[in-house]
Amino acid sequence: MEVKNLTVRKIHEGLAKKEFSSVELTDAYLARIKKMNPSLNAFLTVTEDEALKEAQAADETNEARNAPLAGVPAAVKDVIATKGIRTTAGSKILERYTPPYDATVIEKLKKEGYVLLGKTNCDEFAMGGSNENSAFGAVKNPWDLSRVPGGSSGGSAAAVAAGLAPYALGSDTGGSIRQPASLCGVVGLRTTYGSVSRYGLIAMASSLDQIGVFSRTVDDAETVFNVIRGHDPRDATSIGSPPQKGETKRGCEDLKIGIPIEYVGKDWNAEGIEEGVKARVREAIAALEKQGAAVTMISLPHAPYALATYYILAPSEVSSNLARYDGIRYGGIEEIQSSAFVRDKSKRDVPHQSALIEWYEEMRARGLGAEAKRRTMIGTYALSSGYYDAYYKKAQQMRTLLRQDFENAFKEVDLIACPTSPTVAFKIGAKANDPLSMYLADIFTVAVNIAGLPGISLPCGFAPAPDTQQGSLPSKGENKREGVPLPVGLQFIAPAFKESALFSVGKFYQSVTDHHLETPPALSSSSYEVTSS
Amino acid sequence: MALSHQEIMHIARLARLKLSSDEQAHYGPQLTSILAYVGQLQNAAVEGVKPTHTVSGAINVTRADEATCISGETARETLLSQSAMRGGDFLKVPGVFQD
Repeated sequence: MEVKNLTVRKIHEGLAKKEFSSVELTDAYLARIKKMNPSLNAFLTVTEDEALKEAQAADETNEARNAPLAGVPAAVKDVIATKGIRTTAGSKILERYTPPYDATVIEKLKKEGYVLLGKTNCDEFAMGGSNENSAFGAVKNPWDLSRVPGGSSGGSAAAVAAGLAPYALGSDTGGSIRQPASLCGVVGLRTTYGSVSRYGLIAMASSLDQIGVFSRTVDDAETVFNVIRGHDPRDATSIGSPPQKGETKRGCEDLKIGIPIEYVGKDWNAEGIEEGVKARVREAIAALEKQGAAVTMISLPHAPYALATYYILAPSEVSSNLARYDGIRYGGIEEIQSSAFVRDKSKRDVPHQSALIEWYEEMRARGLGAEAKRRTMIGTYALSSGYYDAYYKKAQQMRTLLRQDFENAFKEVDLIACPTSPTVAFKIGAKANDPLSMYLADIFTVAVNIAGLPGISLPCGFAPAPDTQQGSLPSKGENKREGVPLPVGLQFIAPAFKESALFSVGKFYQSVTDHHLETPPALSSSSYEVTSS
Repeated sequence: MALSHQEIMHIARLARLKLSSDEQAHYGPQLTSILAYVGQLQNAAVEGVKPTHTVSGAINVTRADEATCISGETARETLLSQSAMRGGDFLKVPGVFQD
């Protein structure tokens, strides 16, 4: 059964009409995962037995008649707790952790009758922009296996792009859904802060984290969002809101779109954005303008401070949230069994330290990766005595100003549009030695998290990477594939709790374009081979 | 302004992270450059601006303090199995006394 072009909607209709069963469907996806995951490393855990049981149950109860996600297979980022199924957050320190409970979003999906294909790879504790920070190996971009899928939800993005799952859950703290969606050519939805329960989401930065959706179509993202959203008494930061439905429009006559001048520069002359990205995004916006949208430049005056604000707030909250990983809770690390840790009191820096403290220091040193350590240390510094006012408090004040910038902008426009990522997918290892350059990948996404707003990334075309460019760039309107064609993402940002506006524009855009229907060429052949450089 | 060795060791201690001398040499310059970048916030005009602690606006969301009973072999086993080191019905932890 060919599944790579299926969407949640098509599956739901097919199941309801009994054109195929959930078991057949699940079998097909599992076979695809078996064939392709060794090259992609998108899945850390494949739940074959559970999936087939769930599919069988879905077929028996035939809930597909009523529930849009019943019997539909899905992938879940490994930062979301799944009862009885290993959940690692991409970290060695959780390599032996099996949650004794389901996250609220999982409970909701189970109630719908979803089928879990497996847990996807991610940057450790959701920290990163490339999925190279996973303790279990990097994820490869299905469009070019020598390149990153983006991060931190790289596994989920790659899984949907490669047709290994019709939809996947991810989490977005600074862009970790939108950016990999952009680099992998799929839809990525980051939800309004508080709209989806964080209960069961392994916390990275508690004031910024939200669970969201990867899918091929905006229609699917809307469907999944409306199932997972909702107030949850177990998440004190969650807020109830009505279901969000995008309108099916014929045009964009009454739509006002603003482009932040601080992001793209006057006349789109900002440095740091690849020419191919600029071209595709401008074409996409022009297409909407042709359909009646009014496009203007707007200002987010404090946007230049957003990245610095984020890289104070997030690491600070990370340092606090990761303090619980002490090598005792959550199963500890494998080396415990071999008792490899022996105290050497002669080599200590601190005299008369307790065994417990030394244990913490040793276990965390072994169990946490480089980026987790870096951010923990940045956060520890920013929150330490004497530095709190200079860093964290200032960042919280800047947060107020950024929120006001967005509020003011939304008085003038309905939606804000810009590139999701300044670049297409970069080569694995390209930014390994420069953490700061990795942080710059988030430049267009972080302000959204700081302000708690919803955002969506839509596939809007392809561009060759500058490092493989031969000859000239495809000119406007020409979508010829020269060099290695890589996906470009268009980001829309809406006011809080206005996901419906994102769904409306997204569904409309996907009705007049077909970028979201493209699938990675290397995976089209029936015998999957590694083809690219 | 580069972080001194002492500062790095102090941060590592607070964060309960043991750093080898290689790691100290490796992370030190990285932390310095990241802190320099985020330090640009020092130039921002934020006097008098109220800090935002949470964007959801929810403050002091509480529930009634109710005792619930967790009993039964399965529940107990589930909880105990979460620990890295067990001694039967006990959880083993390293010594807490300084020595």
